[in-house]
Amino acid sequence: MTSFLEFAIPQQVADVIVLVLVLIGAILCLSAAVGLLHFRDVPSRLHAATKPQVLGLVLICLAIAVAQRTISGMLMGLLIVIPVILLQFATAPLSAHMVGRQAYRNGTINQRALVVDEYAESKTTPPGAG
Amino acid sequence: MNGILLIAIMVVFGVAAILSVVRIVRGPSILDRTVASDVLLTEVMCVLGADMAINGHTRNIPVMLIIAAVSVFGSIAVANYVARRDNPTP
Repeated sequence: MTSFLEFAIPQQVADVIVLVLVLIGAILCLSAAVGLLHFRDVPSRLHAATKPQVLGLVLICLAIAVAQRTISGMLMGLLIVIPVILLQFATAPLSAHMVGRQAYRNGTINQRALVVDEYAESKTTPPGAG
Repeated sequence: MNGILLIAIMVVFGVAAILSVVRIVRGPSILDRTVASDVLLTEVMCVLGADMAINGHTRNIPVMLIIAAVSVFGSIAVANYVARRDNPTP
């Protein structure tokens, strides 16, 4: 059991795995930035912005865990990056929901691009009502 | 091989940050600027994590934890106060 926990992957293999994972996370960040420049209204930009918030961060946290090299170090690394991932999963939809709703209320969305507008009847209720 | 990957990572992170800052400066409404600054903050978290993974230490974990917990308040505060109050009040 202890020999299994002390098993270490070679240094060069670990380096290449870590760098490839970090590079994929960086490319996801770049895709979000390109999407911010390319799309035209706020909900489309929100759609582009969620990629590095979830998948990029998960990939980079996996890279942190792999960089410890031994099996026990990887388990320890996973234990310390899981709170970061859980907090990000819990808070990213909150801000996206608030920003999207205010974008709808301010009229900064493309109305003709909507297929179904289930939020239309709430325009007649006061903003403080919910 | 590793040097090429490192340089590619640095270039990609730098270009992504510059494009986000361009959207923050040019954004037509304040909600666009909020979304772009959220992306920039996520990139800061990713860079901190990449530093830990490449250099093989775990000293930046508290910073990542605090940013992940607190970054939501900026977007929520901005989105709460930009509502256009032109709905008919009862």
